[in-house]
Amino acid sequence: MSEHHIVSPKIYFAIFGALMLCTGLTIWAAEVDLNHIFSGLNIIIALVIATLKASLVVLFFMHGKYSSRRTQMVIICSVFWLAVMLFMTMSDYLSRAWS
Amino acid sequence: MHRTGELFGQFETMEQQRESASLGMWVFLVTEVLFFGGMFMTYTLNRSTYPGIFAEASRSIALLLGAVNTVVLIGSSLTMAMAVWASQAGKKKLIPIFLIATLILGFVFLGIKAVEYHDKYVEHHIPGLNFRFEPGADVATNAHAQLFFSLYFAMTGLHALHMIIGAGLLFWLLKESLKERFTPQYNTPVELVGLYWHFVDIVWIFLFPLLYLIDRH
Repeated sequence: MSEHHIVSPKIYFAIFGALMLCTGLTIWAAEVDLNHIFSGLNIIIALVIATLKASLVVLFFMHGKYSSRRTQMVIICSVFWLAVMLFMTMSDYLSRAWS
Repeated sequence: MHRTGELFGQFETMEQQRESASLGMWVFLVTEVLFFGGMFMTYTLNRSTYPGIFAEASRSIALLLGAVNTVVLIGSSLTMAMAVWASQAGKKKLIPIFLIATLILGFVFLGIKAVEYHDKYVEHHIPGLNFRFEPGADVATNAHAQLFFSLYFAMTGLHALHMIIGAGLLFWLLKESLKERFTPQYNTPVELVGLYWHFVDIVWIFLFPLLYLIDRH
């Protein structure tokens, strides 16, 4: 990590193009009934595309790919804590027999 | 005293100083992830409890406005990234141009949001304010639809508030960039506001499919 990395505009425009493509894809996927394959497939596809888009923004627009390991660990931690909150809370609510 | 990119005593190298600044910003963004995470948690729970009503309520929102706003906001992230590039590459004249482009796109987003909120008002879809989901909807449907719209307003409202704060930061950057303060040696404020702006973009990347695109088929 001696040299500060400058991301070229070419990469930014390519990422923008990919994000636009993904936006079109997610709208198209929402209009197709995927739930008949198995229940919940529509939301899974929507979240997979959104996560892909968010990853592109973090890695390139936010320079996550070129950051130090320390910074990358902090980024990954945020996702981890969020997952802990969602998973633990939902497993509590969904397993309450009385509600 | 204005910073110009000198090395402060507590750091050994410029790279370490730079990394500390962005690391600090990331730590702040982690708290923001969890701040918004609470709302996403509430959303997940309520949507899993009332999937049908949430889908119906989602379909009543104008998809076109949400889609256009997604394009506008990702576009503003591109111009923000370009402003960071311009400051790193030493293109002093380009920095304010990209900042102004980011601001314009930010305000276009907020304008479209205002149109959407007005539509909700006309449709009686604002919770607590003469709410009526559909003519003849029963009490339970109305109550559960209000849950969806409460979350819609809380989440998009909080997101819009972040954008307004971001716009304030952009105005400040613009003022400073016109004084040609940002150089390849010193551009930390541009970089950190950029991180914030992209984070707000990411929040929208998740809000869009979750609020506008539930079972559109």
